[in-house]
Amino acid sequence: MAETLTARAAWSVRSWWLVAAMWTRSIMAYRISFTLMLLANIATNSLDFVVLLLMFRHTDTLGGWTLPELAFLYGTSGLALGLANLLVGSIDALGQRIRAGTLDIVLIRPAPALAQLCAERFSLRRLGRPLQAGALLAWSLSRLDVHWTPDRLLLMPMMVCAGTVIFACVFIGGASVQFWWDEAKELQNSFTYGGATMLQYPPTVFARELVAGTVFGLPLAFVNWLPALRILDKPDPLGLPAAFQYASPLAAALCVLAAAAAWRAGLRAYRGTGS
Amino acid sequence: MTLTAQLGAVRGGTARLYLAVARGAFRRYATYRAATLAGAFTNTVFGCILAYTFLALWHARPGLGGYDTRQAVTYIWISQALLVTVAVWGGGFQDDVQDRFRTGDIAVDLYRPVDFQGWWLATDLGRAGFHLLARGAVPTLAGMVLFDTRLPADPAVWAAFLVSVLLAVVVSFGLRFLVSLTGFWLHDSEGVRAVMLVVSMFFSGMLLPLALFPGQLGRIAAELPWAALISVPTDVLLERRTGTALLTGLAFQAAWAAVLLAAGRGVQLLATRKVVVQGG
Repeated sequence: MAETLTARAAWSVRSWWLVAAMWTRSIMAYRISFTLMLLANIATNSLDFVVLLLMFRHTDTLGGWTLPELAFLYGTSGLALGLANLLVGSIDALGQRIRAGTLDIVLIRPAPALAQLCAERFSLRRLGRPLQAGALLAWSLSRLDVHWTPDRLLLMPMMVCAGTVIFACVFIGGASVQFWWDEAKELQNSFTYGGATMLQYPPTVFARELVAGTVFGLPLAFVNWLPALRILDKPDPLGLPAAFQYASPLAAALCVLAAAAAWRAGLRAYRGTGS
Repeated sequence: MTLTAQLGAVRGGTARLYLAVARGAFRRYATYRAATLAGAFTNTVFGCILAYTFLALWHARPGLGGYDTRQAVTYIWISQALLVTVAVWGGGFQDDVQDRFRTGDIAVDLYRPVDFQGWWLATDLGRAGFHLLARGAVPTLAGMVLFDTRLPADPAVWAAFLVSVLLAVVVSFGLRFLVSLTGFWLHDSEGVRAVMLVVSMFFSGMLLPLALFPGQLGRIAAELPWAALISVPTDVLLERRTGTALLTGLAFQAAWAAVLLAAGRGVQLLATRKVVVQGG
């Protein structure tokens, strides 16, 4: 059983890889467009930060956080969203495939549907966001005087991995909704891009109910807010127990279970039109 | 029938045709109710998030840029209401034209007995009309309920705002039309479009009011065509532009609309001269 599970996982990863490689070759046929789009992607993502820079020309702190501290949030949020988008972001086109009737083609191929759909229209230009966010994270760490302890050092990679998984689950969970509601593509933007925008700002900026919703509802606070409170030694506006600041992997695991259940339920509910 | 009457009938027919095209586009977008609802919800979520960030900034610096706190929050909600209507992101007819470049159907568009630019402008105005109603009203109402906003009571201000939005859509069309036409040379205008998105989001005032831009940058941004998309209409609705300032604002938009439409016409002439239709 364990062996077949490993074999299935390996086959999923390989399927993803094959489809992604095919799309990379295809998109490289338009080189000028690709280069422009990679640059534009980096520039688009940098815009949010330029706005932050312009805001900080008028003030020294926002919600009690300094610019390098905000850059830390910006970098970790962008890194998690960017990596998740690179790996599974294409899944949001599911509704279009259902409408066009092309989902059936995916389902009859001898490869996992989820892996194929995640790699569909894969493009390296999506590297723009994680690259830019990673660079800003590095800048913020160079400017911040973090008191590094073993737990803080461990929290860094844990936060990025768990954050990527959480956003990937939001992508997949959101796409699963499209099995029933095929026009809902934009709905998930609220939680992926909207969520990432929210996480770029300190939790102190938002209403307490909203922050509580990201802890106990859709667990976006575990992507960076909660671990960042520990790493940067900031007070928690909700006053939660310190254990929450280390709980990102647990939140990510729960997200995986929820997203898997949603995807399976959606796939089971799907009926092709047969056209 | 006299010649003038005939000409009049032809003109009336053209107007009717464009009206029918616009109405068709309106209905086409109105068909996707669930997508519209999902989109309006997304605008509302972003409105909430950004309104909180503005509240934090104006809490630190009350009266920044000449906006009081209520105006600053209202600015966010109006810009969210206009985002899709004036297509700051691009899109609308651009998606259709892009597809038609890829399939080669663009050749069919060029020998239709209807003006290419006029046809797409009509579809875009129809689309914008629908988006203003659907994706404009929902975030505006949500913003009024959730936050302390400031909308004008004077119907004349609303009327001026509608004129300003109409001009904003035409300027936006002018810009997007030029981007789409690069497809005649590059075959794929996606890259140019992506670059345009960056410029447009930034210089329209979508992300931050142009009044908060530093010195020279702010002065230059206020003269660029993108200022006509978000900055001018929001200032009209927030009653920051009244009297002469209102008229110069509308004139600024109208001037850019005229320049961009003329430029689009010129490029279209160049493009159609070089177009080569492949295959049959």
